[in-house]
Amino acid sequence: MEVMFVSLILFGIGLFGALTRKNAVAILMAIELMLNAINLNFVFFSRNLIDISGQIFALFVIAIAAAEAAIGLAIIMNLYREFKGIDVEKVSLLKL
Amino acid sequence: MFYFLAAILIISAILTVSLKNLFHCALCLAVALLSLAGLYFYLDAPFVGVMQLIIYVGAIMILILFAIMLTTRISDRLISASNHQIIPAIVAILIFLFFVLTAIGQAVMPAKPGRMFEPIIGLGNALLTTYLLPFEVVSFLLLAALVGAVVIARRDD
Repeated sequence: MEVMFVSLILFGIGLFGALTRKNAVAILMAIELMLNAINLNFVFFSRNLIDISGQIFALFVIAIAAAEAAIGLAIIMNLYREFKGIDVEKVSLLKL
Repeated sequence: MFYFLAAILIISAILTVSLKNLFHCALCLAVALLSLAGLYFYLDAPFVGVMQLIIYVGAIMILILFAIMLTTRISDRLISASNHQIIPAIVAILIFLFFVLTAIGQAVMPAKPGRMFEPIIGLGNALLTTYLLPFEVVSFLLLAALVGAVVIARRDD
């Protein structure tokens, strides 16, 4: 039961970081925190329900997180080249 | 042991989203990921813990550190780290926590956490029988994502 609260707190911290940081890499790190909170919940339920599926999905989430980090960092490199910085508030080309 | 790891995890997570220097943030994130790997071992999931160590701490952290070193300038450290939406963000998170806590309060937990069967044997069997197709799809997705990352990050002169 405590694991669920730890995971919930971790998700809240990650959400706070993703909503308030200005730096694109920091936002990416906050998203990693959120993904890890989900993983913790998966593993906890896998143990409590004695079902291996939770661990399988935790592994899938780790793989997706690796893909997301690679793509996100490639996008950030392009952002840096285009805007001379990775402040997400400067990236407002779609704004009227 | 559990509370020790959980305390390290929460503290380093808070530092990750609040420190000004991005490099320190990344190091705190590495500590958080390491303590999470410890929690996975504690929760009878040694394979997931080892994968956490290899993929997260070994690969993703290195990627993030490279991105920080390639994109951050010294002058960036003087800019304030957060935007002006701290109060709305806290309100949104409190609403979210309220709903999830309500859901947790209504959930019926299984009576006793029984001893896990051999996790690694179970994982191998499940990955090659029930979850064979998702496993292959994930590997293909990972390949496509890595090729896509190379294409996106390439300088087109």
